[in-house]
Amino acid sequence: MNAKEDFCYGFTKGLPIALGYIPVSLTFGLMAVSGGIPAWTAVLISLTNLTSAGQFAGTNLILENAGLLEITLTTFIINIRYLLMSLSLSQRLGPEITLTQRLIFGFGITDETFSVASIEEKKLTSAYMFGLVSGPIMGWTLGTALGSVIGSVLPEAIGNAMGIALYAMFIAIIIPPAKRSKPVLNIVLISIGINLVLKYVPFLGFISSGFRVILATIAGAGIGASLWPVTDNSAGVAQNQSNMDGGDVSRCREY
Amino acid sequence: MPRILIAVFLMALVTYIPRVLPIAVFRREIKSVWLKSFLRYIPYAVLGVLTFPDILYSSGEFLPSLAGTVAALFLAYKEKSLLTVASGAILTAYIAGLILHI
Repeated sequence: MNAKEDFCYGFTKGLPIALGYIPVSLTFGLMAVSGGIPAWTAVLISLTNLTSAGQFAGTNLILENAGLLEITLTTFIINIRYLLMSLSLSQRLGPEITLTQRLIFGFGITDETFSVASIEEKKLTSAYMFGLVSGPIMGWTLGTALGSVIGSVLPEAIGNAMGIALYAMFIAIIIPPAKRSKPVLNIVLISIGINLVLKYVPFLGFISSGFRVILATIAGAGIGASLWPVTDNSAGVAQNQSNMDGGDVSRCREY
Repeated sequence: MPRILIAVFLMALVTYIPRVLPIAVFRREIKSVWLKSFLRYIPYAVLGVLTFPDILYSSGEFLPSLAGTVAALFLAYKEKSLLTVASGAILTAYIAGLILHI
């Protein structure tokens, strides 16, 4: 595929993520503005952070008047998982991709774009990565703007219900590969089990939620790697997904 | 106001750095099967951990959140899109909340 086709293919892969981001970022805009943050600042947060869990937590701390160090540290700890994702992606990027390109599309690595990129069968090109991240960046920002504006007119019950959007999105990402791969399912369950132990066993209560996420993730993925080492590239994780968007690529090319 | 902007800038910085540092500096291929498998499994582990148990309190109350969770699991099992799963969970949690407070 040439660069333009790669971009288009990536863009079509990113569109469902962009749409899925709307209810979640809308919730974020809603939460930020109802807490007293100006709409334009909420949009700025989404545009510059482009992350779910980290910016939700950071913004909550801003609203609680927490210190800059605590805000920065908490956000960082929640985002350490990106180190692992980025390291994983580094194995899939060709050597022809320049540093500048990496510095730009790297901004768009999220849980979702990473998951979609990492289940691609082929080496990833920079055009694909640019295509993949551009839709989600727009979706996340626009959703936040929308949430900031309608926040004041939305009934409280709807606002509460929307709190589930972020997690529902995570579920939408994990379940299909977990259906197809027993190791993936086991790893998800083991990680959650470890997370529950760390959270509810009383003498472990000193571990902050950010560190808990890191510990449970490393332990779960580590146990998985020991018990079910991946020998082929796909890990049987999501072979069916790449066939789904064949028609969309040609449509994208017309623009 | 400037304090908020400084906080936003710092948040953006500590979100950006972990994202780009590895892909910017790390170019070698990892040979270890264990490490490759470990990295492959990270996203599933982390998303599971971020979701459970927090989702069960995400809509304010337990029962509506539980209803929304079941809806999300069902729709995701049926391989519906991100948008459908998110909207379905919100709608279910909302309706469950209404029923609870009749």
